[in-house]
Amino acid sequence: MQIKTFFLRAMLLLSLPLSAYAGLDIQHWQTPQGARVLFVESRSLPMLDVAVSFPAGSARDPAAKPGLAQLTQGLLDQGAGGWTDSAIAYRLADVGAVLSGSFDRDRAGVSLRTLSSSAEKNQALEVLMRVLQRPDFPAAILPREKQRLIAGIREAEADPGAVGEKAFYRALYGNHPYAHDEAGEPAAIAKLTRADLQTFYRTHYSAPNAVIALMGDISRAEAEAIATRMAAGLPAGKPLAALPKPAVASVAELRIEHPSAQSHVLLGAVGMSRDDADFFPLFVGNYVLGGGGFDSRLMREVRDKRGYAYSAYSYFVPMTEAGPFQLGLQTKREQANDALKVARDTLRQFIAEGPSEADLTQARSNLTGGFPLRIDSNKKILDYLSMIGFYRLPLDYLDTWVARVNAVDVAAVKQAFARRINPEQLVTVVVGSERTR
Amino acid sequence: MRTFGALVLALLAGAAQAALTDVTLDNGLRVIVQEDARAPVMVSQVWYRAGSIDETNGTTGVAHVLEHMMFKGTKDVPPGEFSKQIAAAGGRENAFTSRDHTAYFQQMQKDRLTLSMKLEADRMANLIISDELFAKEIQVVMEERRLRTDDQPQAIVYERLMATAYQTHPYRRPIIGWMDDLQHMTAQDARDWYTRWYAPNNATLVVAGDVKADEVIALAKRYFGGIPSKPLPSRKPQAEPEQVGGKRILVKAPAKLPYLLMVWHVPTLKKWDSDSDPYALQILAGVLSGNDSARLQKSLVKTQQIAVNASAGYDAVSRGPGMFMIDASPAPGKSVAALEQAIRTELKRVQTDGISEAELARVKAQVIAADVYQRDSLFYQAMQLGEYATAGLPPEALLRRTEKLRAVTASQVRDVARQWLRDDRLSVAELDPQPIQPQARRTVVSGVRHAN
Repeated sequence: MQIKTFFLRAMLLLSLPLSAYAGLDIQHWQTPQGARVLFVESRSLPMLDVAVSFPAGSARDPAAKPGLAQLTQGLLDQGAGGWTDSAIAYRLADVGAVLSGSFDRDRAGVSLRTLSSSAEKNQALEVLMRVLQRPDFPAAILPREKQRLIAGIREAEADPGAVGEKAFYRALYGNHPYAHDEAGEPAAIAKLTRADLQTFYRTHYSAPNAVIALMGDISRAEAEAIATRMAAGLPAGKPLAALPKPAVASVAELRIEHPSAQSHVLLGAVGMSRDDADFFPLFVGNYVLGGGGFDSRLMREVRDKRGYAYSAYSYFVPMTEAGPFQLGLQTKREQANDALKVARDTLRQFIAEGPSEADLTQARSNLTGGFPLRIDSNKKILDYLSMIGFYRLPLDYLDTWVARVNAVDVAAVKQAFARRINPEQLVTVVVGSERTR
Repeated sequence: MRTFGALVLALLAGAAQAALTDVTLDNGLRVIVQEDARAPVMVSQVWYRAGSIDETNGTTGVAHVLEHMMFKGTKDVPPGEFSKQIAAAGGRENAFTSRDHTAYFQQMQKDRLTLSMKLEADRMANLIISDELFAKEIQVVMEERRLRTDDQPQAIVYERLMATAYQTHPYRRPIIGWMDDLQHMTAQDARDWYTRWYAPNNATLVVAGDVKADEVIALAKRYFGGIPSKPLPSRKPQAEPEQVGGKRILVKAPAKLPYLLMVWHVPTLKKWDSDSDPYALQILAGVLSGNDSARLQKSLVKTQQIAVNASAGYDAVSRGPGMFMIDASPAPGKSVAALEQAIRTELKRVQTDGISEAELARVKAQVIAADVYQRDSLFYQAMQLGEYATAGLPPEALLRRTEKLRAVTASQVRDVARQWLRDDRLSVAELDPQPIQPQARRTVVSGVRHAN
């Protein structure tokens, strides 16, 4: 009897669509120094991923020093605790470890991927500790790295997509710290000093601001030891002040001359923050509008019906403060205005009428049915751990994700979009030329 | 069913969960299954051995155009319906065309493989290419070309240099096709391509994930088994004649930074167990640019500061011949000529003095680790199986790749650098940046700040 009941229950569990499967065991604690730690133990591959992130993205650049945040992050592994850039690179490569950086407006992060066998792991972790705890910012290499950062910015000026993106954020955010480009401005970068980097590092890469995510082949006890060692060696510091709230953007339409074959068209508005109450209605609704790839209205109208563009999309970028809502496409310059009109009309209609029941059912099916693909690798889980920690999302964020997507109905989408996006009050950027070559 | 060399291999000692099955159905469809139960998902990929290498002049880009048309419907599955059904099942899907192959994939929960097989089998045999949908889609492809090539100065350099370095081999043609060929392509060109190459005996189905090989094979038989094989056109080798002296081109395009690309004709892996040069060339690429202070980075970017970026690359697996590539961007105030000279000096050092045991061990450590890391991505594992299969290499070649790389010696690395990276085999392209007009910003509409 006992066995039979158990068997039946097991069968029921197996046939439940997703909720039964979702339980990812995320462990969370805080180190004595105030660093937040998230950990998932997974023994299926002999490897370990560690990601440490800080609120040290470009939104934290001092007003007169755009580029400081990016340069600081870039120099972390170019000399630390007396080890040269090459010593660091060789110590990592010698054990097959990979150190990588991530950087956006909110966050600066450093990630390590290593084998979990002890000799390899210990050597790799020692490098990670050193670059985060004791960066030297060597004066001798500062000019070189400034030059490289500036070269990257210059090169992007040839790319109409990058030019458009930069202008879009500027127009959308005005004087807000999200306005300037993540990489900064060449003239300001040229003037940065070693002292600037050291100060920025001490203030922003401190233990109370750190989020440490660990994923892979170690025990809880070992994860705790690593996190504690990491946090103990970071600058003490204080939690940073909150970023200002972005103002609502002025309506603007910018045309930027560029010799490209295609015009890049971007339109949008200030959208939502990561903790926005409308997160799920906007996210699910946007699948129907322009987030669902071939399954979205923008793709059907712009690409399938008219052959105007290879890609047409819309998305929200949820950030610490409200990030942008952006709609974009690229088309040969002669038809840029026609394509812009189609995009605007599609958006207007979506805001006015909302998605149909059928559209929304399709969106929910795709998002919930595809949920297992969002957490099917160590790398993807690590990214979620960092995000949950950094944005202080609830620990059951992934467990409730499917239910929250399923709870979105047509009315919720319609209301949320109507509250946020006024299609007559958008920022529009067109990079290209109306002249024919 | 003709089960030809049904092969089951353990991927790695101690990794019992990852087993590989490789069978061929009676109609010639090859089915490769990699069982991997780490997550309750799977990826299914259908690889056709038809890429730009199989194209002829006048219709360059047709392999890729057909890839786009494959989403445009059959008798039973109307246009748009393929993507819609996969999306409704929570799937992610797309396709990619390369020089050697065209492949289509779906990533889904493990129990949804049936849908993916049903739809893929249907479009393998029953595609309808209407003039009307073709006329729209060819516009999309031209936009793709503008986006990815025409407005990307380094992509133009690559395209033009391939067209120069290869004199006769089909690798001289861009995968996306020349714009003029796209402008003159017809729906019939796409139909002809489909009729010629889309057949089970020219395809490999790769499924990886939390699946059982026997169930996958049963499904494959059920859905693909009834599609008849076709006689395939014979493929001529079109071997590239030996290059008889260095080549050099200048590419002018709107850009901000100059750029240098150097390519040498080198072999690729053909007899995986007896060839040694392709393995040594892979190690050489690692020695030159496999870490942040590998030779090119350390010498050119860090020490001499003559470049802001420099890297080396080599792909050992392909149906055709290979290229060893080095690219770099000069630092401000440094000339492309001086940068090229500095790269040559680095190569000379390898050719004369060889590499150190420490460098060799470092690259091997990375190879061994990468072998573990790649198992974190199901998609990547399936990709590799498909690439090897399409290139005519058996799964053993992939399974024993690490072992082969570990066997490379320092003197072999020096020897391949001497033998293959010679000036007579070299083609060089320089990007000569053309001015981008000062950005004239024109605010068309500007309004007051508003609240909503």
